[in-house]
Amino acid sequence: MSAAGRTLEIGSSPHFLSGYDVGVIMRNVILALIPTVLFAVVAFGLAALATLVVAVASCVATEWVAGRVRGEPGSLGDGSVVITGLLYGLTLPPGSPLWVVALGGIVGVGLGKSLFGGLGRNPFNPALVGRAFLQAAVPVAMTTYGPAFAPGRFTSLPSATLALPFARPEFDTWSGATPLSRWKFGGELTGAEELAFGFVGGSTGETCALLIALGGLYLIARNMMSWRIPLAMLGTVGLASAALHALAPDTYPPAAFMLLSGGLMLGATFMATDMVASPLTHAGCWIYGALMGAIVVTIRIWGAMPEGVMYAILLGNAASPLIERMVQPRVFGARPARAAP
Amino acid sequence: MKLPGLKTFRHGVHPPEQKSDTCNAPIRQFPFAPLLALPLGQHLGRPSVPCAAEGTPVQRGQVIAEADGDFSVPLHAPATGRIRRIAPMPGIAGRMVPAIYLEPQPGSTQEVADATPCPLETATPDEILAAIQAAGIVGLGGAAFPTHVKLRVPEGRVADALIVNGAECEPYLTTDHRVMLEQREDVLLGIRYVLKATGARRAIVAVEANKPDAAAHLRAALDPGGPVSVEVLGVKYPQGAEKMLIQALLDRAVPPGELPIAVGALCINVATCAEIGRLLPRGRGIQERIVTVTGPAVVRKGNYRVPIGTPLRFLLDHVGTQGELSRVFLGGPMMGAAASSLDISLSKGTSGVVAFGTEDARASQPRSYPCIRCGYCVDACPMFLNPAQLGLLARNEAFDRMADDHHLMDCFECGCCSFVCPSHLPLVQSFRVAKAAVRKANKP
Ligand code: SF4
Ligand code: SF4
Repeated sequence: MSAAGRTLEIGSSPHFLSGYDVGVIMRNVILALIPTVLFAVVAFGLAALATLVVAVASCVATEWVAGRVRGEPGSLGDGSVVITGLLYGLTLPPGSPLWVVALGGIVGVGLGKSLFGGLGRNPFNPALVGRAFLQAAVPVAMTTYGPAFAPGRFTSLPSATLALPFARPEFDTWSGATPLSRWKFGGELTGAEELAFGFVGGSTGETCALLIALGGLYLIARNMMSWRIPLAMLGTVGLASAALHALAPDTYPPAAFMLLSGGLMLGATFMATDMVASPLTHAGCWIYGALMGAIVVTIRIWGAMPEGVMYAILLGNAASPLIERMVQPRVFGARPARAAP
Repeated sequence: MKLPGLKTFRHGVHPPEQKSDTCNAPIRQFPFAPLLALPLGQHLGRPSVPCAAEGTPVQRGQVIAEADGDFSVPLHAPATGRIRRIAPMPGIAGRMVPAIYLEPQPGSTQEVADATPCPLETATPDEILAAIQAAGIVGLGGAAFPTHVKLRVPEGRVADALIVNGAECEPYLTTDHRVMLEQREDVLLGIRYVLKATGARRAIVAVEANKPDAAAHLRAALDPGGPVSVEVLGVKYPQGAEKMLIQALLDRAVPPGELPIAVGALCINVATCAEIGRLLPRGRGIQERIVTVTGPAVVRKGNYRVPIGTPLRFLLDHVGTQGELSRVFLGGPMMGAAASSLDISLSKGTSGVVAFGTEDARASQPRSYPCIRCGYCVDACPMFLNPAQLGLLARNEAFDRMADDHHLMDCFECGCCSFVCPSHLPLVQSFRVAKAAVRKANKP
């Protein structure tokens, strides 16, 4: 066929793209979370399911409204808000009052993301903004945990779950303590195998360290997650707690307990690695991860609270721009070049 | 294909190579178009000045436009025929550029007019450089920088190693590959000319590992202790960029803002070397160049020796295209320019013509998102810049900050950042605009 008389599209190079795409990355993160989500439902039953559904729904609805207000009606399309919703839900105690879940989702996405201009502009991980808000607003609901694998978990919801807004729900009928608070307030250690496999109480999605790690490894293998951040964070926690434990085995818990308990695995893998709120450079990622690890150890061991992952990550987010400014990549050839002979 | 242990540089990307359609296609002679259009500014620097009047008959190889000073080269008639017009023609970006229209004479023997030869044995370095300029030779890898200027070693500097660039890291292009296979003697002779002209003691031919046949073919003609060696490099884009080659081969980093000679190196494209070896002994000038014509829309993909000034429309009609054309790139897809129309013509710097039809998805622009700070661009940038930060500043038109605080001017527009960006942000595209703005502002 003759090529005559065609109009050509112009554009500037590169005319090839790698095929990486924000939507594809986000879908893969969701995929990586699925094992953790399924485990949560198996371990905590309807309570977890209700929490997750309401968490995702409230986040998505908030983003939908905010997107219209911003004039970007397509903003749901990138899928990032579903991740926020899932992560947010996974950090809540299963069976939290649903109005509380919805409120936190609205605050997390509304204040933590939309207020800053949507995708790519949030200085903090929006899921943790919502979670932190609830920690301050409804501390009792946020520290009341049910036991894992309770009988009847597939047939009934904890009574507090369906409580009306601002009613004083009764929590104590279904409460269990997490391994961290057992240790903190009772000096009782949970075994590493129990923690790794998730046979313990805790937030909806933080309990099965192995499945979380599986999801993380999948994303790392697909180059969709920084491996430096979780490695630096977990490494710092591991080394610091091993050192402390060696010094005073009776006062400080062993490293395995510190690593596998609480929200550390979930936080280090899926939340500290939020691309938007973490540094761009490799050196920045190492510093950022190590900083968060150090904060986790500090809060857990010397702080008043049993858990510190959420605050560690939020503080890490806050420090991220500063860290990034410190460690800009050094331009090629800026090192003293080897002299020409 | 990344073999461990091969020399390379840090960062960079692995675009699909797309070379298999043409890498085994021997170079074929392309016929003359009924009318050739020769822009006077086919090279960087000052445009050539026409020296043959409209209507005059010219012989193939005759100079039809002279160099305008040192930073310029002459233009030779690619065919025996008649100068039809000296008038503007569409340039690649759509703007009109001054040009000579030449009508080849049908039935002519197309005998080439030889001028004064430049014999390797007796010529002085300066004579060789002058002969390179007289032959109209410019960088054939795409930059079209006048070769005699590039090879001139500045006062007080020493050229220690000559790097002959046969990396050909751009997807689709296979001209350098074919030249190494089919014009080995020209390449080696050209290297000897350049070594003599520059005073460099050794030459290294750099070949990416995806062309093992070329490396072996060259090696077979070299004596082990001699000044010329062949080095196989890892396959990675932009391996063929000068700074990356020097880093990989010599382990020397050219400092920001400096030329390769700052670390004792000179780079020359392998096809340019071959032209030197082919033209200088006979005192000829460049009349044609080798072009890879390929892409999903091209029927007879291959490597062609095409007369300079061949209109793109004639070229594509001759090789045949299928379906509706949507995009045509001159050069490779990573750094090449998109042709604004088929009325432009092939110039000395055109190493490839890659044509895409309307239905080819690779050539279309997908949806863009805000920067998600994934850091892919930072990991890809071979110059160790921060394209994400630069992109943000470019959006706000903070060009001075880009240049002063973020090394904008060290960006050599390789496009790796845009290639990997999952948000499909026009990073390098905006850096080009920013660089032009900074250059303009710095002009007195
Ligand atoms: S690759 Fe694109 S989205 Fe990722 S950090 Fe760079 S500019 Fe931002
Ligand atoms: S185009 Fe410039 S900023 Fe982008 S990767 Fe290449 S050198 Fe770096």
